Amino acid sequence: MESLLEKIKAGVLWDFPGGVHPPQRKKLSNQTEISLLPLAEHYWVPVKQHIGAVNHILVASGDKVKKGQALTAFNDKMSVPVHAPTSGTIGKIEPHVSAHPSGIPALSIQIIADGLDEWCEISPKIHFRTLPKSDVIGFIQAAGVAGLGGAAFPTHVKQTPNQPCEILLINGVECEPYITSDDRVMREHADEVIHGIEVLAYILEPKLVVIAIEDNKPEAINAMEAACAGKANFVVRVLPTKYPAGGEKQIIQVITNMEVPKGKISADIGVVSQNVGTVYAIYKAIYLGEPLIDRVVTVTGENIETAGNYRLPIGTPIAHVLNHVKHDNQHNERVIMGGPMMGFTVLNKQVPVTKITNCLLIPTQQELPDAPPEQACIRCGECADACPASLLPQQLYWHSKAKEHDKAQAYNLFDCIECGACAFVCPSDIPLVQYYRQTKAEIREANEEKIKAEKAKERFETRNARLERDKQERLDKHKRSAELRKQSLNTDQSAQDKIAAAMARAKAKKAQKNSTNDITKTDQNAEPNTLENTTLENSAVEKNAVESNISQSNSPIKNKAQEAIARAKAKREAKLNNNASTEEQNTTAPPSHKVESDLDHSPNEPVEADPIKSKAQAAIARAKAKREAKLKNADATATNSQKASASDSASQKEAEPKPENQRAATLTHDSTIDSNNDEIASTVSPIKLKAQAAIARAKAKKAAKLAEESKPAAHSSAESDKTTLEPKTAADQTDEQVDEHLQTSTTNEPTEISEAMYQTELEIDPIKSKAQAAIARAKAKRQQKMAEQASVTQPENAKAEANIQFDAEAKSRAKAAIERAKARRDQANQLAHGGETGSSSITNTTTASSLDSESGNSEDENANQVKAAKVKAALAKAKAKRQKS
Amino acid sequence: MILLYSLIALGTLAVIFGLVLGYSSIRFKVESDPIVEQIDSVLPQTQCGQCGYPGCKPYAQAVADGDEINKCPPGGEATIQKIADLTGREVKPLDGGDNIKKVAYIREDECIGCTKCIQACPVDAIVGASKVMHTVIIDECTGCDLCVEPCPVDCIDMLPVKGKPETWKWQLQNIEIKQIS
Amino acid sequence: MSFKLASSPHTRKNNKTAFVMLTVMSACIPGILTQAYFFGFGVFIQLAICMSVALFTEYACLKWRNKPIKRSLTDNSALLTGLLLAVSIPPLAPWWIGAIGTLFAIALVKQAYGGLGQNIFNPAMAAYVLLLVSFPLSMTSWLPASSLMVIDLNFYDTLSTILTGYTSQGYSLEQLRSGIDGLTMATPLDAIKTNLLAGYTYNETLSLPIFDNGIGKGWFYVSLAYLVGGLYLLKKRIIKWQIPVSFIGTLGFLTLVTQAVNADGTGSMLLHLTSGATCFAAFFILTDPVSAATTNKGRLIYGALIGFLVFIIRQFGGYPDAVAFAVLLANMTVPLIDYYTQPKVFGHGDK
Repeated sequence: MESLLEKIKAGVLWDFPGGVHPPQRKKLSNQTEISLLPLAEHYWVPVKQHIGAVNHILVASGDKVKKGQALTAFNDKMSVPVHAPTSGTIGKIEPHVSAHPSGIPALSIQIIADGLDEWCEISPKIHFRTLPKSDVIGFIQAAGVAGLGGAAFPTHVKQTPNQPCEILLINGVECEPYITSDDRVMREHADEVIHGIEVLAYILEPKLVVIAIEDNKPEAINAMEAACAGKANFVVRVLPTKYPAGGEKQIIQVITNMEVPKGKISADIGVVSQNVGTVYAIYKAIYLGEPLIDRVVTVTGENIETAGNYRLPIGTPIAHVLNHVKHDNQHNERVIMGGPMMGFTVLNKQVPVTKITNCLLIPTQQELPDAPPEQACIRCGECADACPASLLPQQLYWHSKAKEHDKAQAYNLFDCIECGACAFVCPSDIPLVQYYRQTKAEIREANEEKIKAEKAKERFETRNARLERDKQERLDKHKRSAELRKQSLNTDQSAQDKIAAAMARAKAKKAQKNSTNDITKTDQNAEPNTLENTTLENSAVEKNAVESNISQSNSPIKNKAQEAIARAKAKREAKLNNNASTEEQNTTAPPSHKVESDLDHSPNEPVEADPIKSKAQAAIARAKAKREAKLKNADATATNSQKASASDSASQKEAEPKPENQRAATLTHDSTIDSNNDEIASTVSPIKLKAQAAIARAKAKKAAKLAEESKPAAHSSAESDKTTLEPKTAADQTDEQVDEHLQTSTTNEPTEISEAMYQTELEIDPIKSKAQAAIARAKAKRQQKMAEQASVTQPENAKAEANIQFDAEAKSRAKAAIERAKARRDQANQLAHGGETGSSSITNTTTASSLDSESGNSEDENANQVKAAKVKAALAKAKAKRQKS
Repeated sequence: MILLYSLIALGTLAVIFGLVLGYSSIRFKVESDPIVEQIDSVLPQTQCGQCGYPGCKPYAQAVADGDEINKCPPGGEATIQKIADLTGREVKPLDGGDNIKKVAYIREDECIGCTKCIQACPVDAIVGASKVMHTVIIDECTGCDLCVEPCPVDCIDMLPVKGKPETWKWQLQNIEIKQIS
Repeated sequence: MSFKLASSPHTRKNNKTAFVMLTVMSACIPGILTQAYFFGFGVFIQLAICMSVALFTEYACLKWRNKPIKRSLTDNSALLTGLLLAVSIPPLAPWWIGAIGTLFAIALVKQAYGGLGQNIFNPAMAAYVLLLVSFPLSMTSWLPASSLMVIDLNFYDTLSTILTGYTSQGYSLEQLRSGIDGLTMATPLDAIKTNLLAGYTYNETLSLPIFDNGIGKGWFYVSLAYLVGGLYLLKKRIIKWQIPVSFIGTLGFLTLVTQAVNADGTGSMLLHLTSGATCFAAFFILTDPVSAATTNKGRLIYGALIGFLVFIIRQFGGYPDAVAFAVLLANMTVPLIDYYTQPKVFGHGDK
């Protein structure tokens, strides 16, 4: 480095490859001194005028501000505040067209000038050498100084380099044509610039300060040389005019023959470079205490009359500038912010002057003609000769055009400094830089999307893991509670005695039931539906077999036995008031389903000595079995239900509660659980039985209604019996499971149901309505039971044993639950209004619920509505009960 | 005789080569590269289901099994090209759906706190709990559209993402030009 | 009012493709005039035929491809291709030679590959090779210098020969080519090759009337004229120095070496450099930007490769002049050369 410094001091200069010589046109604007324009009416100050984070806005609309007052805070290390360019009132703070080629509105603060132009409190720090360096850097940051060469890099960040600074390079090159702002600043404020350099020299302590100026600015060279005469370590170097010598990397290469390595900044090789305008701003910040509120802007081009350099406040709308320099409103004119090689066209006249505006170029068509249409590349290689970064623009062009991003990157697309030299020389007028910019943006976007996709994937997988975990925990919990119950059963001696007694009773009852089953079979044969009969007969046989099998088993079914005991008790009571049904359809569901196996056990109740009781029990058992059969056989059961209803009404004379029980039994989804639970829950009291009957009736009506709607649904969705069979089974399973689940959890787990619902929403549509009906019924039943203070021990057992699987059905179940609630509500309304006639109310509620199911938004029901419905239902039941008894 | 000898010779050669090839195919069997993983890594991971599969991994599996490669609207042309490169199939134009980036926005005045959208979101981009306000984290939202359906009060909109100067793609002719005096 | 939007840079250097092509064509003029002076009017007629066919073919192809016609036709690239081919074929070649060659060059070698800037092979040279291989007799019927010609040709006779094969007086091309002693004259390179194969030494060959103190009569000055044109192009920075310098340098060096080693068995360096199409090719054929290498280092390698190939084919090959074949062979290697001669980018690695 030492030898290098010697060489630089001796005046040795190097060169950078490539470069072009566009016509300079500096004489248009460098003949006059820097002048001021009158105050504008309002100023739009963009909040973000630097590379870095956006800041916190300190002012609000309507505040009064003074000139130089800070408008934003700077809490981030990389951020730079903005200040009010004049005194006045804050107007709107909203997105305003930005000084960017896209014109995308950026958050800006409007300041309505009051004409007074009053300064706020300013405190010069002339004795900055007594202050610690970090403080001085802090003052620079507080003054809002950013790189005024065009990049707006926060200046204070540059003053804390990782490496010690060997050379402080002051960039007065200004290689771009037309721009003369640095030229005039150096000519008129050379001493101030030197003072500013001294501030930087104090902070950075470089070994050498090099002020680089192009040879087309002789007066500036003289001025700067005079200003730094006598200062050791200050040298002025004159560079040959070549575009883009003023680029930071190029100027470092020319002065020091060092190349800034890829991916690093110049400070990493010991060189810190600052623009002359920035240094002038630093002078003002430290020596005068003034924040950065204006800058020298070259306003030039043949289209305006008074071209020259103007000190414009930051935030001046371009309209104001144009009005004062008198330009011709040409059709399709351009206003270029920046020079002709790297400047961008602004969107409209409202765009404000910002910290990076070094020039406003308003050309005529003859001066800078529009871009001619692009022609084919003739591979002449002029672009490669012009590129200062030694890239191959031709290859970059071919690959950018073909959107081969990886190949373009292989040719170092991101090393392009977008100077425009290649497009300048292209004989075929290809807009090369535009291609590169687009490709760079696309590559950046693709990289960002990749990162986003990675994140989304991670979140998705985490979420899936979480759901799995939750599911597993639920299963474990249920298993544990089931085991606990089992254990408690084993240790409880009284329970075991009861079990033994229950089993004896069950045997007796089974004998009874077999006799009644025969009766049922005969009745069954009277049914016109031969198909059902056959199936029912078969299932009846199966059921008996099952029952006998089950009665044989002992310990594995202890819980079930308990349940069976309870059910048996209930049935006995019911039988006391019921005659044996004549037309029970004795269907048996194979004990494949756990819940149904529970229900299967219900017929295993101990046989009572009372033949009537046993008959009643048998009837109930048959009814249950029938329900289970319906669970398996969608169409059959649906028709069964219809027929059952018909036969129910036909045999209504026989026994009041019987038809209702039958109805309850014949109805599809809820009836199983309904009657089961009801029967279990009821005590021996006849009143209670009557109440249960009433409930059963209500349920029957509801179920019938639901069966009505589910029947068409079943028919419509059924391609074959099988397909409907399984979904219906599933739905019924869902039904029961949901019901059980609903009973275990009070109100705390709608999310689980909903979760299950949504996990499988996509798969359940054809049977949604049915499922909905099922769920609704289950819910209604549960509500009713709770309203009657039914003991829930047995149901809990049943629930515990049931495998609560929250799969597709659960979701539909929940939905159906809501559906049922609705239905129940309507039904309750009907009942409350005295509409006791089964068919009409059922029809009405059927219509209502079918409409609901069609809309598919059973979830729309308010919780309040459900509650009200429940209340109403309870009232109706009570009413019915009173009426009955 | 010559015919017989030549037949025997050729036949023997054929048998020998067949055996060698068969042995090589087993001994030097190349494990099928995880094409599903590779395809999944180029998909945009929005888990939106617009391709007809419940997630990006199932679609990657389907593509490996032979499904069309042009079913991913959020991925757009770039993804189709990448999948085409991976699977060796030809590039087809995007099959339905537009490629505008959108994010969900919950109109908080109407939100009832039912958590249905939270459960629907495949990347957990909605913050909220039962009976409390729900809101979408824009940075995490992939625009998959799955939360709009479950919302019972229909308070979720899909809004296009606004462009920023940093992400502008230099489409000079796409800037709308309004007449401002 | 909103402004028009454009992308930087907003100013351009004023060299357009059309202007570049026109400059190249104008640099050929000294060579063409010299050729006409020594070998008759045939070259003008060939120029007319080739350039008109080129324009027409380009127009037809653009129309067929639905490309913008005016923009592509006015970039002068078709005219340049026609010119280069017209100068390369014998002046009295039948008219259909030029026509077929130009048709092939424009339609197949240029447009079928994608139009301007997309062709791999040099169109003029590819057409020349096609003609040489398909019609060897017509393509080797070069005239001797007019001072050696027995029968004088005026413009009308030339036209008649080209169009019909016979002069107005009924002389055939063979007869026109005969010298005083009745032997058909060949080009210098051709003569050397034939005689060396027949066993004569080089110095003995030099005694042929077509030679004039060690250089080919007429051909020497034509080469000089093209050299002048080429230097003009260099000065105007239309072409870069790497290709001509490396080509001539390599060829000259190799012929110098062989001359030093075996003076009697080969042509001298001077002869090689000034005979045939060496100078013409160096500045006008090889520097065709579309088919040549693009990086500067690559250009050096490209020129050297062609020089080497020309030397090999002239020495040991069957054809007297080998530039066309060498150019086509080198065209094939251009992508490889470009890939391996990328310049070091700013900031990457040590200087």
